[in-house]
Amino acid sequence: MNLLTKLVGWIDDRFPLISTWKAHVSEYYAPKNFNFWYFFGSLALMVLVIQIVSGIFLTMNYKPDALFAFASVEYIMRDVQWGWLLRYIHSTGASMFFVVIYLHMFRGIMYGSYRKPRELVWIIGMIIYLALMGEAFMGYLLPWGQMSFWGAQVIVNLFASVPFVGPDLAVLIRGDYVVSDITLNRFFALHVIAIPLVLVLIIVAHLVALHEVGSNNPDGVEIKKHKDANGKPLDGIPFHPYYTVKDGLGAVGFLIIFCAIVFFAPDMGGYFLEYNNFVPANPMKTPEHIAPVWYFTPYYAILRAVPPMFGSQFPGVVAMGVATVIFFALPWLDRGPVKSIRYRGPIYKTFLAAFVVSFVGLGYLGLMPATPTYTIISRILAVVYFAFFILMPWYTKIDKCKPEPDRVTFK
Amino acid sequence: MTDNVDHSKRRLLIAATTAAGGVAAAGAGAPFVLSLMPSERAKAAGAPIEVDLSGVTPGTMISVEWQGKPVWIVHRTPEMLEMLSKHDAELADPSSEVPQQPEYCNNPTRSIKPEFLVVLGICTHLGCSPTFRPEVAPADLGGDWAGGWFCPCHGSRFDLAARVFKGVPAPTNLIIPPHKYLSETRLLIGDDSKGNA
Amino acid sequence: MNTFKKLVAAALLLVMPAVALASGAAVHLDQAPVNLEDQASLQRGAKLFTSRCLACHAAASMRYNRLNDIGLSDEQIKTDLGLPEDTKVGDTMQAAMDAGSAKLAYGVAPPDLSVIARSRSADWLYTYLRSFYVDANRPSGWNNTAFPNVGMPHVLADLQGEQHLVVEAHDGHETHKLELAAPGSMTTAEYDATAGDLVNYLVFMGEPAKLVRYKLGMIVLGFLAVLFVLVFALKKEIWRDIH
Repeated sequence: MNLLTKLVGWIDDRFPLISTWKAHVSEYYAPKNFNFWYFFGSLALMVLVIQIVSGIFLTMNYKPDALFAFASVEYIMRDVQWGWLLRYIHSTGASMFFVVIYLHMFRGIMYGSYRKPRELVWIIGMIIYLALMGEAFMGYLLPWGQMSFWGAQVIVNLFASVPFVGPDLAVLIRGDYVVSDITLNRFFALHVIAIPLVLVLIIVAHLVALHEVGSNNPDGVEIKKHKDANGKPLDGIPFHPYYTVKDGLGAVGFLIIFCAIVFFAPDMGGYFLEYNNFVPANPMKTPEHIAPVWYFTPYYAILRAVPPMFGSQFPGVVAMGVATVIFFALPWLDRGPVKSIRYRGPIYKTFLAAFVVSFVGLGYLGLMPATPTYTIISRILAVVYFAFFILMPWYTKIDKCKPEPDRVTFK
Repeated sequence: MTDNVDHSKRRLLIAATTAAGGVAAAGAGAPFVLSLMPSERAKAAGAPIEVDLSGVTPGTMISVEWQGKPVWIVHRTPEMLEMLSKHDAELADPSSEVPQQPEYCNNPTRSIKPEFLVVLGICTHLGCSPTFRPEVAPADLGGDWAGGWFCPCHGSRFDLAARVFKGVPAPTNLIIPPHKYLSETRLLIGDDSKGNA
Repeated sequence: MNTFKKLVAAALLLVMPAVALASGAAVHLDQAPVNLEDQASLQRGAKLFTSRCLACHAAASMRYNRLNDIGLSDEQIKTDLGLPEDTKVGDTMQAAMDAGSAKLAYGVAPPDLSVIARSRSADWLYTYLRSFYVDANRPSGWNNTAFPNVGMPHVLADLQGEQHLVVEAHDGHETHKLELAAPGSMTTAEYDATAGDLVNYLVFMGEPAKLVRYKLGMIVLGFLAVLFVLVFALKKEIWRDIH
């Protein structure tokens, strides 16, 4: 017995090291038929690690002070050794986090991963998504450029439209009557410690819940129905080494795209780093053109699509809020006899395709000026967006589904 | 699972992937570690400084800042220089054998020009900045005192060549920073490279 | 509530695709001859920048010795760029004029130019530098078609000469054209090249690490491609177990 085995044994007597490793890695049985769409869960975890590590190093050089914040970002870009790389990794990571999460969520919708018994996995995942939106929004204020400032100003003012308590709520969030040094300082605290801490905890909960019920798969059938004499699922394979190596391949593929952006197009034509954010925040002058960062624009388009009612913008704010949280209800809206899109009928497929078109279309319109034509298109797409959810109990029930196989299909 | 696995191929691939992955991890980690080194701002603040010596009259000392630390420049009088050789027995390292100075200052006055001593004002004991006491035989330092530095923290004593006395906490002489003369009265601290600077 | 409505209204009216953000106004922009590999051009631009622009504008994020990257030695920076007496090569580029007096003179504080090429775009800057014209109605005596009613006078007028704005009416709509009324010390082609040098320098100054980024990027992607092939082979080998 060598020293390492001894050490592991010593620890294992005092800490569930080997049993945890077995339960979650070497003897966690995952369906063997995972496809391309199943890369995004592990990729999301990798992006989280990238963001936390690069964030820690940026925090060492960034100053959360309205007088110095903008200059400290340029200090990182020029004076700190390799600071430009740290910053581009973090800014690219922010956008790529949403790319990965949106694809991960779409996978869940496509294959019915939110269905019983995985409702809680889905709900915790949605909480992660909302926390991530808060994290991204607060982080976006920190460079203290014009887009940082006015983006925060507009979003915080959305809360001001809440009846009765709105204006006080907005002041409470800002800690001031406008977005100011005080706001910057508290957003910094929330961005670097409070929300990341919550994120890590709920991501652990997401994984624990997932491993309790087991992963879904592209066929949407339960692998636990068919077990061998030892109680192992016949269609399951140990996560390690099969999925560690497969996810490793996904990770390297993702890093190729990630590094291509970091090194060759870190501002992504103004979508990842907006040009106006290279102008220091000026509370006296709104930039000529402002738009949220791309990952918020579908919701922003819905906000704008709803006309003011009773002299208040609040209905639009409510519509935007509902558009984000309606995903929570999916497990109970879906009445289909099958989980996976592979065995769904044409009606579901049509609705899902329309939903994708509406989400992408709204995302595009959220970046465009609100011309009358665009506003009408936004309204149509917003109706499609909500119809996907609201009509789901009806169309999933009447749809003509194909019979599910008994076992997963593999090759 | 199957039995006809080519184990040697598998081992080779695992080794190659692990090695390449290790290189990737090291490469990715390097910029993070290097970012902890002094930034361009710190380097600029710690850049060599030029000092004009024309205002430093005999018997006085000026203190300038280099890399955030005090550097003393003392204009020693002929009397002061004369006394330097008279207390070798009381010094811990009278001939500066411990390399606390550049080669060109390894001489009895520990300086390029005998009259000007350039020394880092940080006590070699625990980093306090000693006090300049040029007067001879003051009441508190005793009749033997021929001028030098006294560290208020732990009582270390140094003579006017910044050499440490025996029996005090400081183990070595004070450090002489790299420096050179740009002209008769212009001194550059922090850079001693030959060249046309 | 009122502030909020105004803000939302502003947001609704002004939202434009991010790609169009760089240009500011809808002016036709000429393509700037940017080439970060051309050190001679960058050095000419740097000299022009330090001698002309730094009088009023600062580039407070830019250290003089970063010009080492475009082939200027510390010695050249000190002598050729006319470094102010109390300035070291490691210092950042400060304006000769203080912001307060500049604001009094021109109505606005001259913006810091460290990242101007990143917010405005090279093409806008190139067009702007070549679009000044004489306008007696402006306090400075100058106006600009790329930046209407700009506060800044034409500091390169001695090189370019004086342009006049010619407005022509063509069946209902106007066209604007700039014409050189009094030539400067340079021909139009020479002046365009000089403005190009200056813009090239401003692009360099906006992100001095850009060339390093490209070079390192090639190495990183090459390495990742090799790693991908290795992991792909390993995955294939290990997955041979699964049927």
